[in-house]
Amino acid sequence: MKAKRNWRIIYQSLAIILITYALIVGMSVGIPDKPLWGQTGRNVFYHVPMWFAMLVLMFMSVYYSIRLLRELDPDRERTGDPIRLDIQAKEAARVGILFNILGLITGILWSRVTWNAATISGWSFGSWWNWDPIQVSALISLLIYLAYFLLRSSFAEPEQRARVAAVYNVFAAATLIPLFFIVPRMLEGLHPTSSDSDNVGGNFIGTLDSTGRMVFYPAILGFIFLGIWLFSQRNRIEQLRWQLDNLLADKEYGQRDEQDSPPLSQTTN
Amino acid sequence: MWHEITTLLYKELLLEWKQKYAFNGLLLYVLSMVVVIALAMAGSLNPLSWNILYWIIILFVAINAVAKSFMSEKIGHLRYLYALASPSSIMIAKLIYNWILLFLISGLTLFFHAFLGGIDIAKPAVMLALILLGSGSLSANLTLVTAISAQAENRTTLLAVLSFPLVIPILLMLIRISRSAIEGLASTNNDRLWMLMGMTVVLAVLSTILFPFVWRE
Repeated sequence: MKAKRNWRIIYQSLAIILITYALIVGMSVGIPDKPLWGQTGRNVFYHVPMWFAMLVLMFMSVYYSIRLLRELDPDRERTGDPIRLDIQAKEAARVGILFNILGLITGILWSRVTWNAATISGWSFGSWWNWDPIQVSALISLLIYLAYFLLRSSFAEPEQRARVAAVYNVFAAATLIPLFFIVPRMLEGLHPTSSDSDNVGGNFIGTLDSTGRMVFYPAILGFIFLGIWLFSQRNRIEQLRWQLDNLLADKEYGQRDEQDSPPLSQTTN
Repeated sequence: MWHEITTLLYKELLLEWKQKYAFNGLLLYVLSMVVVIALAMAGSLNPLSWNILYWIIILFVAINAVAKSFMSEKIGHLRYLYALASPSSIMIAKLIYNWILLFLISGLTLFFHAFLGGIDIAKPAVMLALILLGSGSLSANLTLVTAISAQAENRTTLLAVLSFPLVIPILLMLIRISRSAIEGLASTNNDRLWMLMGMTVVLAVLSTILFPFVWRE
């Protein structure tokens, strides 16, 4: 318990320190000068970490879903309340969606400026939305996780909901992983990691000098810790709510029991 | 296990052969869609848009065809099946059955759509092979989602919402690859082809592993 508390203090203070550092130094440090970009390159310190944080949370969500399915396996003995794991998977996905939306917004604002003047294979980009492969992947993952929450809301019985949602979560992850890590590298796009290297983004992170990197990596860590922090807070609230619901239901059941017949403990004594 | 799968598959095919209602219904569905597209797009249908429309038809047909596999069966019937066979073999049989059904329908759609749309396919054999692969991946992708949404109250909405985002990547890859088969260009899509096969195998295996959890009550 004590080690857990120490770890909590460490990562939470690291989240505060690293994000403050990234905000202050990221705005003041010198960044590589690219034509037409102006100072927008600084967004790399905030836009990219959103996706790292999102991926970490999505992996956490899938991890809890897999553990939940192992828990529900009838050949194995149950070690605890499966709903606990379901709540963890749900809340990790919820915070993941938050970072997904934040990543989309920071990306849209950035691309409005930098992809605006670019012309790639006859297309000129001046719109808010550019159908870049990574942008599309991000949108699809958002749709998948919104569908996950719709699926959850269609079941009233907690254990059935937990089981079905976990199955969908694992299945969706199998589609999302190639979508995020393989497909964008195969297609031409505007992001730095796509298959054509002479796009507008170029290898921007590669051109960052050591001071730029000293902001970039801490910013990634900081936002990942912030995501875990938000997750743990949401998780604690939801766990308490679940326990409270159970207690209230028990109490109500007990009261009804008393009215109908004397409690079991009195009759047996 | 193997015997179980073949028996279940035989049961599905026999049921389909005796009733013929799913297959014929889907065929009419496809035919009316193809006619509407051919009439609406008369004169302006080029191979590029023809190809995109073809795969969109296949998407809707696939969702309708696969939806039948768990939703049309009664709960009692499914429970009986569940008591007789292991859930993994039920899933494998459903996957193969959906694959066959989708392949037949997609092949006939290709014929109707090419005939009525007036498009010559440069490499029909490649296109057929691609349809075989594509119906396999659609089956692998949709069958488990149907089983999931069959348990909920709002089945049809849920099926569309759950399956569309999962199907989009597969559909986009199929559209890209089939373009070169229709226009007769040398294919430069080997990466996508491997990717599609890999995803199909992964999704089919995952469906088989995950299905027992969906049907546990």
